[in-house]
Amino acid sequence: MQYKSQAVAKPYFIAAIALFVAQILFGLIMGLQYVWGDFLFPHIPFNVARMVHTNALIVWLLMGFMGAAYYLIPEEAETELHSPGLAIAMFWIFLVAAGLTVVGYLTVPYASLAKMTGNDLLPTMGREFLEQPLITKVGIVIVALAFLFNISMTVLKGRKTSIATVLLIGLWGLAVLFLFSFYNPHNVVRDKFYWWWVVHLWVEGVWELILGAILAFVLIKVTGVDREVIEKWLYVIITLTLVSGILGTGHHYYWIGTPESWQLIGSVFSALEPIPFFGMTLFAFNMVNRRRREHPNKAATLWALGTGVMAFLGAGVWGFLHTLSPVNYYTHGTQITAAHGHMAFYGAYVMAVLTMISYAMPLMRGRAANSNKAQVVEMWSFWLMTIAIVFITLFLTAAGILQVWLQRVSDSPLPFMVAQDQVSLFYWMREWSGVVFLIGLVVYIWSFFIPGEEKAA
Amino acid sequence: MSEAFTTSTARNIFYGGTMFFLLVFLALTYQTEQVIPKRDKREMLADPMVVAGKKLWETNNCIGCHTLLGEGAYFAPELGNVVKRLGSKEAVMGFIQSRPAEGIPGRRSMPQFNFTEQQLKEIAAFLDYVGQIDAAKWPPNIQG
Repeated sequence: MQYKSQAVAKPYFIAAIALFVAQILFGLIMGLQYVWGDFLFPHIPFNVARMVHTNALIVWLLMGFMGAAYYLIPEEAETELHSPGLAIAMFWIFLVAAGLTVVGYLTVPYASLAKMTGNDLLPTMGREFLEQPLITKVGIVIVALAFLFNISMTVLKGRKTSIATVLLIGLWGLAVLFLFSFYNPHNVVRDKFYWWWVVHLWVEGVWELILGAILAFVLIKVTGVDREVIEKWLYVIITLTLVSGILGTGHHYYWIGTPESWQLIGSVFSALEPIPFFGMTLFAFNMVNRRRREHPNKAATLWALGTGVMAFLGAGVWGFLHTLSPVNYYTHGTQITAAHGHMAFYGAYVMAVLTMISYAMPLMRGRAANSNKAQVVEMWSFWLMTIAIVFITLFLTAAGILQVWLQRVSDSPLPFMVAQDQVSLFYWMREWSGVVFLIGLVVYIWSFFIPGEEKAA
Repeated sequence: MSEAFTTSTARNIFYGGTMFFLLVFLALTYQTEQVIPKRDKREMLADPMVVAGKKLWETNNCIGCHTLLGEGAYFAPELGNVVKRLGSKEAVMGFIQSRPAEGIPGRRSMPQFNFTEQQLKEIAAFLDYVGQIDAAKWPPNIQG
């Protein structure tokens, strides 16, 4: 660690991992409810478990992005962070807001929570992924603005690298697009249309810039390849991302009342969306093959390579699988979507954050890399979680194909619940894969408690 | 990558390409706003029941289990066409009202929300409105 203030990243990473655990536990509850319908009913109904599962994911990824930025920016800008105190204050505000929101979800009926938290003033709740109470949303905006102020000031007074610039564009885009979560027109078509400006333009737009910047930073560090080469790759990848991804938003505008011209635009541009992810895979492997040093942190290199491959498979291949409008006509809103969502989030964003944690955490704990034993355990967790997510995705895809056939294609289409019963075998197998994922996560956390070598960073 | 293709070339292509496609996207958004009044049944929003129904839909987190025009959770049936599937708004109201508070042993069941008669009518009016939006012939059949 070159700058003292980089250490503010540490609480962000720890909280991110804690929320990751919550996300997985609630994922297992939901997975069980798919096959054991009244599990925990009516105390934790499915929708509540789902809110915790998805919101915990979003918040811990944001925590991870912020931690990554606080670690990366001082080193790129070659100067201390503008205000480490502000970063720590924002950490606690964010953590308490996230904690209270989860407690609210679990202890109060959602309608009462809406009433208590001022949803009547400006109704924003009850839309997928944006379920947070108004005060939580306002809190997110305040935390994001303070965070952006802090890192932007740091870059302004220091060296301005391409990696820092791309990261800043991604993070500012994230904050600006989140403002659309406050826009909730009565008109359902317009509501859905602009809702995607948050959801799609985050995960298939600006978040990919953040992902690219994190990956580029770690690859420079672990491979020693020239910055010039890495930054050129980064620009090519993010150009392809936004050129395909912005109009790729059209793949959400097929069946929600928007003009049918979106079917062509969405199909063409979203069919191009796998290309930047493929670029990322090539990028990671190329840089590691051309490495000029043997960095002692093998685990971080593995996570970086894994991000390239799994982001391409999950976001690229599984996205392409159902993105063309004639295919999507049958697969829209089925387990196929769920399959894609799981592998894409894991491969692109979970793995990117874990790459950064894997690289930065040992340095913040005063060593260049963890002990060999700790790294071996961490790599076990890599394989357990990654293989588990591959199987979760395969089983959900199988469930989805059957669901599409039984409910939408066959000569005598079955009602939703009847079709669900028919595919329950695959939900069971998904749940067992989820258990393996949890074991992987436990192994991951265990790896932090294995003593490191007494070799100074 | 060759020497002629420098980082600053790559950066310029990034800014230029992004700006271009962002502007195209905004133009298409404008065009969409011009066309959708013919498809989105906005005249039905004049009915306060529909607007109140949307709020109930949101504040009870219906999207946490159901899909609406294919978007949402995949735990419970699609509701964009539920009025057609069950036959009438009254049937939708009856279904919501009849959910057992303690659930059904071993099976998925919708929670009992204890809605008033008025609230049930508002939810049904909202779902009826969504069902009339021109969603390009989606879903493929009545099962959603």
